Amino acid sequence: MPLSTQSQADIDQYILIASLDNARNLSNILKAISLRDHAIFNATQNGLKVTVEDSKCLQANAFIQADIFQEYIIKEDAVGFQVNLTVLLDCLTIFGGSTVPGVCTALRMCYNGYGYPLTLFLEEGGVVTVCKINTQEPEEPIDFDFCSTNVTNKVILQSDSLKEAFSELDMTSEVLQITMSPSHPYFRLSTFGNSGNAHYDYPKDSDMMELFQCTKIQTNRYKMSLLKPSTKALALSCKVSVRTDSRGFLSLQYLVRNDDGQICFVEYYCCPDEEVEEE
Amino acid sequence: MKFRAKIIDVGCLNHFTRVVNTVSRLTKACVLRLTCDHLYFVLSGRVASGGVSMWCELSQGNFFDEFQLEGVSADANEILLEVAPENLSRALKTAQNAKSVKIKLTKKSSACLTLAAELPSLSSVSRVVTHDIPVDVIPRRLWHDFREPQMPDFDVSIYLPPLKTLKSVVDRMKNLSNSLVLEANLNGEMNLKIDTDLVSVTTHFKDLGNPPWGDDGSQSSSPHRDPELMTEVCVDIRKLQQFLTGQQVHPSRAMCNIVDRRILHLIFLHEDVSLQYFIPALA
Repeated sequence: MPLSTQSQADIDQYILIASLDNARNLSNILKAISLRDHAIFNATQNGLKVTVEDSKCLQANAFIQADIFQEYIIKEDAVGFQVNLTVLLDCLTIFGGSTVPGVCTALRMCYNGYGYPLTLFLEEGGVVTVCKINTQEPEEPIDFDFCSTNVTNKVILQSDSLKEAFSELDMTSEVLQITMSPSHPYFRLSTFGNSGNAHYDYPKDSDMMELFQCTKIQTNRYKMSLLKPSTKALALSCKVSVRTDSRGFLSLQYLVRNDDGQICFVEYYCCPDEEVEEE
Repeated sequence: MKFRAKIIDVGCLNHFTRVVNTVSRLTKACVLRLTCDHLYFVLSGRVASGGVSMWCELSQGNFFDEFQLEGVSADANEILLEVAPENLSRALKTAQNAKSVKIKLTKKSSACLTLAAELPSLSSVSRVVTHDIPVDVIPRRLWHDFREPQMPDFDVSIYLPPLKTLKSVVDRMKNLSNSLVLEANLNGEMNLKIDTDLVSVTTHFKDLGNPPWGDDGSQSSSPHRDPELMTEVCVDIRKLQQFLTGQQVHPSRAMCNIVDRRILHLIFLHEDVSLQYFIPALA
């Protein structure tokens, strides 16, 4: 472990140290939100929150709690910075994307504070790689002001049921329409593409439906280009909650189990597309 | 000039095919040099190929069951042909399960290497698939360009790390930078480094071992060289990646020689094939 090659002086200078025996427990979840190049990191005592935004209409967050890490030291209340996520992912997977089972890349991620690069120590099979990634001043993530009291409709589904639909979504449709209703069609995904309209219905008594709380009928459309990347998060997850609020804002929350079976969360917030049809 | 050769062993055929595939991934055009004992695929460093050069040597006897050569003249008993290795690769692909493969220098509308594969068939008569691969005969006056490269006066020679790891690291580094610095010392240590505006990455390899070149190598001629002292060369990552990606023949020995800031000389040795690749330092 790189730990042995670092002196106490080195360790003292860092305001954030996060270590993992298996770097995939970080890289996989970051891939699930890798829609754009830049990611905002916000570390607190509770753990790491990583945010990626797209055109002020979509926000993806990944939460990795402190207890997921084998070592997690933070010397301030909150530590924030922004990095190029694509570069970070290339560094985290420097020893290869998919590896032999049992062989892992160990990671120690360190940060000295404002103006310093994010330093990664990665080790696999006795080979050590050190990466220093430049950081920028973190932007303030948008507050989508999505709170549970405003939630109109909520369903929790097993991800398997949505995976097929999402992988087949008609990309020639500019929007993905989500209908949630206390009566038929209950939960429906619709696309309007060149070859016609497609609907995916999920009845409320389906095996895949773990929770169904819909109070009033709502139909909202979201830009396909914004939501399609959420397929990555869906692919990693075992359960997903879909909620809409009175404004038509969408919250998708994914329960992800990492390689060691520990739970992490990914959430997506999306604004409805301008033209909202009310049925 | 005459050349005819035949392969009948399927293991030899597969091995030969893999070598040709490797060469075809490294260059679009090269020179095939035929002598009584060897075949060589040669690429001489030119501006057009970005300055890289390649020397791939096969011992004829380990591949061919029959091999007859009559060179340009008695005192120059060789034939040099310019060929596109991909054409040879494609022809060999159809000969995968052949009972025998014959290669002959012929003259159709122009000079060709004709490859005839005898394929197994259900009837008593074999099926023969023939490929005519166009080649250009290289005149003797140009042969000096295709001589075996001299072993450069290197500063450090070192065995390469496991190719799988090396390839993964170089693949990722290629996403981050166009150039890479490779440094090594006589203590079996090698570092790969990239440094850009966005990121700097260094991978440290240890305990690689240094080949003992002995009396005829430069390595022992500077016995007082500090074993910790690193020698380095900065190369175009794509060229290094291209070399590593193309490999279909797993070498029994893989090493490199570094001429400080000038040349990266990669050597892959196999029982019956040796492959040398020279990548010049970036200006």
